Amino acid sequence: MTDTTEKAARPEEAAPAARTARARVPRRLRLRRGLTPWLFLAAPLVLLITFTYAPVANMVAYSFTDWDGVSPELSYTGADNYVELFTRPELFEVFFVSGYYLAASVIQIVVALYFATVLSFNVRFRNFFKGILFFPYLINGVAIGFVFLYFFQDGGTLDSVLSLFGVHSDRAWLGTPVSANVSLAGVSVWRYMGLNFVLFLGAVQSIPGELYEAAELDGANRWHQFRYIIAPGIRPVLSLTVILSISGSLSAFEVPFIMTGGATGTETFVIQTVKLAFQFNKTGLASAAAVVLLLIILAVTWVQRRLVPDDKVDLV
Amino acid sequence: MNRRTKLAGSLFAAALLAAGCTGSGGTSKGADAKAPVDPDKVTGTITVLTHRTDLVQDGTMKKYAAEFNKTYPKVEVEFDALTDYEGEVKIRMNTENYGDVLMIPAVIKKSDYPRFFASLGTETERAKKYLFTDFTTVDGKVYGQSPMGALPGFLYNKRVWKEAGITDWPTTPAQFIDGLKAVKSRTDAIPYYTNFKDMWPLTNWTYVDGAVSCDPRATSRLAAGDPWAEGEDLRVGDTMLYDIVRGGLIEKDPTTTNWEASKPKLAKGDIATMWLGSWAITQFRAAAKQAGTNPDDIGFMPFPAQKDGKHCATMSPDYNQAVNVNSDHKEAARAWIDWFTDKSGYAADNLTLSPVKGAPLPEVLQPYEDAGVKLIELDDAKGAAVKEIDNQSEVGIYKPDYRQDLVDLARGARKGSLDDFLGDLGRRWEEARKSSGS
Repeated sequence: MTDTTEKAARPEEAAPAARTARARVPRRLRLRRGLTPWLFLAAPLVLLITFTYAPVANMVAYSFTDWDGVSPELSYTGADNYVELFTRPELFEVFFVSGYYLAASVIQIVVALYFATVLSFNVRFRNFFKGILFFPYLINGVAIGFVFLYFFQDGGTLDSVLSLFGVHSDRAWLGTPVSANVSLAGVSVWRYMGLNFVLFLGAVQSIPGELYEAAELDGANRWHQFRYIIAPGIRPVLSLTVILSISGSLSAFEVPFIMTGGATGTETFVIQTVKLAFQFNKTGLASAAAVVLLLIILAVTWVQRRLVPDDKVDLV
Repeated sequence: MNRRTKLAGSLFAAALLAAGCTGSGGTSKGADAKAPVDPDKVTGTITVLTHRTDLVQDGTMKKYAAEFNKTYPKVEVEFDALTDYEGEVKIRMNTENYGDVLMIPAVIKKSDYPRFFASLGTETERAKKYLFTDFTTVDGKVYGQSPMGALPGFLYNKRVWKEAGITDWPTTPAQFIDGLKAVKSRTDAIPYYTNFKDMWPLTNWTYVDGAVSCDPRATSRLAAGDPWAEGEDLRVGDTMLYDIVRGGLIEKDPTTTNWEASKPKLAKGDIATMWLGSWAITQFRAAAKQAGTNPDDIGFMPFPAQKDGKHCATMSPDYNQAVNVNSDHKEAARAWIDWFTDKSGYAADNLTLSPVKGAPLPEVLQPYEDAGVKLIELDDAKGAAVKEIDNQSEVGIYKPDYRQDLVDLARGARKGSLDDFLGDLGRRWEEARKSSGS
């Protein structure tokens, strides 16, 4: 952020005329000029600090205590919560569930990429399809949970649609751990695919149109165009999406919490943390778990940035 | 890099500051909310926090308040209905502003009651008149009073059970399961409905505690040893739930159940039985009326266990009403609690037990009286210790999770045997019990 503003300011400073003009400005005015950007920043900064950094700092502080979430009495316990977390491997078993969401996000990215590519060319009803694909992302997560509960119900939407095709399934979709997790991951694909799609679409459309024309003249088909122009052109967005998907899979919460409440082997790490905090009143331990999750996500992101450095894209 | 370390440093400092700030809410001194002597002299506006959003919306609470004003003309009562009562009140209780009268949320530790609530009097004095006083007693002083009580039991559709050929209440778990089997083979009804997805109905199975052993000290026994040892109340209850599910006597897909929809289903006879509390009878009767079936089909039976030839049922309180220790109008608040408990008719309106000793049973529980069901008031002296062990062990006897796991185990969605499962619960319970030193 600061880098860009500095760069923008530089040419002005370099001009000698501007410099003399600046020197003549009275001190009070200069001060006011210096303050102006902060004035504009004040509101967002206050909001950011009160609603993001202060709670995080609070959470970190709680993670070193034995607070139960309501009692006025709390005592400092040092690193006890962290020791407990790491000496109870069963608390990390729930990360296996994230595997389902991770696998689902691969599908999600592929499908989003496919639609983004197809819809960036001239297709009939293009905007209509764009709207349809993005729409699920706009719906409230709680509403989605309820809608899909009906969808997966015995004799619900899914069963009746299947029976239209002659498939009479007689299964409880949320009944076994595997099928429940697959169903829930499917819901999350449905929900977040639109976001990935929009990101990809923006990136694909920023690729200059002449490149396709030139490629076509050289005899490239659609697949070649995708492989050699689109894929490398949207690499930064692609890697961003992968990071978002991984952190999203590790911290999956809304959909499984509303639909199953973590029953039948669908408990994710965040659900477990919420249960520690609000069911068993171990707010201190839960805060520590949340801090650990934050660190895991930061670590994963860091490793990934190391493995896939964010190169400058140069298509021409 | 340098800038980053500085930021991290100031974040940490902020964290320490924040930690210093919390825990200032609530006073440690404790106070009394004395009963007013002269009703005409009590003044002030009091806010009552309640979980009964339905009664506030349909104006019933306003009617109670108007009735209350006939005795206490200078007190104005306002209601604040909270949908997610537990969650919202818990957060508000970090400040001093949590109404004048409120229901004690389950999350508050009993030992913290004097910090948050004003005392209503000593136990020796209150227990003469009221039930459930020891649920809120700390150091001999009582901090809350439940306006109604309930009995756990099976809500069942009498017509369906009759069609299945059963008219007498089962007296053993085996007989009960045979009954459910008869319902399954002779009628179209689902013999037992778990309400698995909505979770809290499964929690009710903990209220089997005391019904099997007929022991008023059943709760204290939970704090003294493994609740899943052979013959203990919870083991009997959980084994029965396991056998019901194992025998395929429940709904086809428990993971997508729906509480609201289950009420008319039971009323119509699509569902035969559910384990709930007597408080649910009114709701099911209303559902029956709405569905156009006979409300008298809704029956209520005790847990199938007998001691000396008699069924037992435990009386348990609803939310306890208390006075905010920071309230400026403690007398008015106290007046409301006393009036609401003694004179409002709230318990009778809800067809539940009155907390006033010697009050007659509601008419819906007439069959209980006729059958000579022994009503016992559980001794809650060890209630706080049990909750402590429960949270410490993360077993959750008052939470739905382990019963969901039990149902999953029974229907094969989870691997393992019942003995191992209950053994593991018992082991965790014992470990937590020993570490908490009770």
